[in-house]
Parts: sequence; structure tokens; C-alpha cells
Amino acid sequence: MKITVTSVLVDHQAKALAFYTDILGFQPKNDIPLGEHRWLTVVSADAPDGVELVLEPDEHPAAKVFKTALMEDGIPFTAFGVDEVEWEYERLRNLGVRFTQEPTAMGPVTTAVFDDTCGNLIQIVSPVNAV
Amino acid sequence: MGDVFKALADPTRRAILDELTDRNDQTLFELCARLATKHRLASSRQAVSQHIDVLVAAGLVETRREGRYRFHHFNPRPLEQIAVRWRRSVDTPEEP
Repeated sequence: MKITVTSVLVDHQAKALAFYTDILGFQPKNDIPLGEHRWLTVVSADAPDGVELVLEPDEHPAAKVFKTALMEDGIPFTAFGVDEVEWEYERLRNLGVRFTQEPTAMGPVTTAVFDDTCGNLIQIVSPVNAV
Repeated sequence: MGDVFKALADPTRRAILDELTDRNDQTLFELCARLATKHRLASSRQAVSQHIDVLVAAGLVETRREGRYRFHHFNPRPLEQIAVRWRRSVDTPEEP
């Protein structure tokens, strides 16, 4: 068994695709019409054959309650690895991304948390003292 | 206003104030992560939330809503009131 896909619950697929590609820098992978919505995935440019991130519609009523509660407490349900959090923080902030937590050393890692504009907080992580 | 002394009597609550002094305006998530990684305090999110409620009741922490997030910040005013209460007698000693 392998982990081939993982998901984020997004409020709007087209908006999510734009943010996750144009701003975050992921690459589109699958875009398959499925009735009202799409099987829509992106991958890291560093690993185009790696794990796919599904931009999954958050239509279920419970999903919105869940997301709202997490966001209020500043909790990122999803995390991505980066080479250096400080560098990525500056890059994203210059693109207008809203951070709820600036880069902070948390034990062996540095983390920061931003808003993906689709109803989620996302954590970025790098080993501390990464250069 | 709740009891400032009772609020300060707990080491976890003092650690929360330490972290807010390091950076104001933190989410509950950030405070929990800092307590766990920097203070080795393995309190549940629920427990940390209750500690924050005590600090809020004492006026030492205030919460602010911004968009869909809620941030916490340190309000030192209750501590100033404590200092003033006793320093007054030091600064202006009674006539012998």
C-alpha cells in the first residue's frame, strides 16, 4: 500500500487551482470532469510523479463547520515541506498571501502558517537552521 | 475582573504570557505549538484554551477577531495596577 493522493477541502475548485499553481507553484496533474465537479489534482514541480494533492470540494455541510472551527483556532490541517520557511514566507507574503503565524522555531523545525484563500490554513515546515 | 494573582500562580499560564511577550497576536494553535516545543508542556488544546480563559478573565490576555481567525494578545495593565498599589507607599512614605 502506498500514499498516492492526499486532499484539501476547497470552497471553489477553479479558485483553488489558481492559488495552488500560480501562487504556491504546484503543477496541474489530473483534471477530469466528474458531474458538477472535477477530479482535480496538483503535484510538486520537484516530484511530478509523486503524491498528488486533490483539490476536493467542501460541499458536505459538516466540512464547512469543521473548516471554520479549525480556522478560528489557527489550526493548519495540512502541511507542506519547503527548503527554507523564511525564504518561502517572504516569497508568499510578497504575493499577498496572508499568514496567521510568522516563521517560528518549534523544536527541530521552523514553521509558518498561511491562509490558502479556499477556507484552509496551511503549515509550511523546514528543518531548523536550514540554509 | 478575575483574580490576577490566581491567574499568575500557574506555570503554564505564565509560559503563555512569556510566549505572548515574545510575539503578540497568536492563534490558539501557535500558542499550543510553542508550549509543546519550547516549554515541553504537553497540555491538550482544550486545557490550554481553559488556561487562556482564566488569563482573559483576569484581564491579562485579550482576544481579537480578524476575519475568520482569532488572535490573543498580552495586556500588561493589570500588572501595572499591582505595581502601583504597593509602590505608592514606597514612593510617598507617610510622615513620621
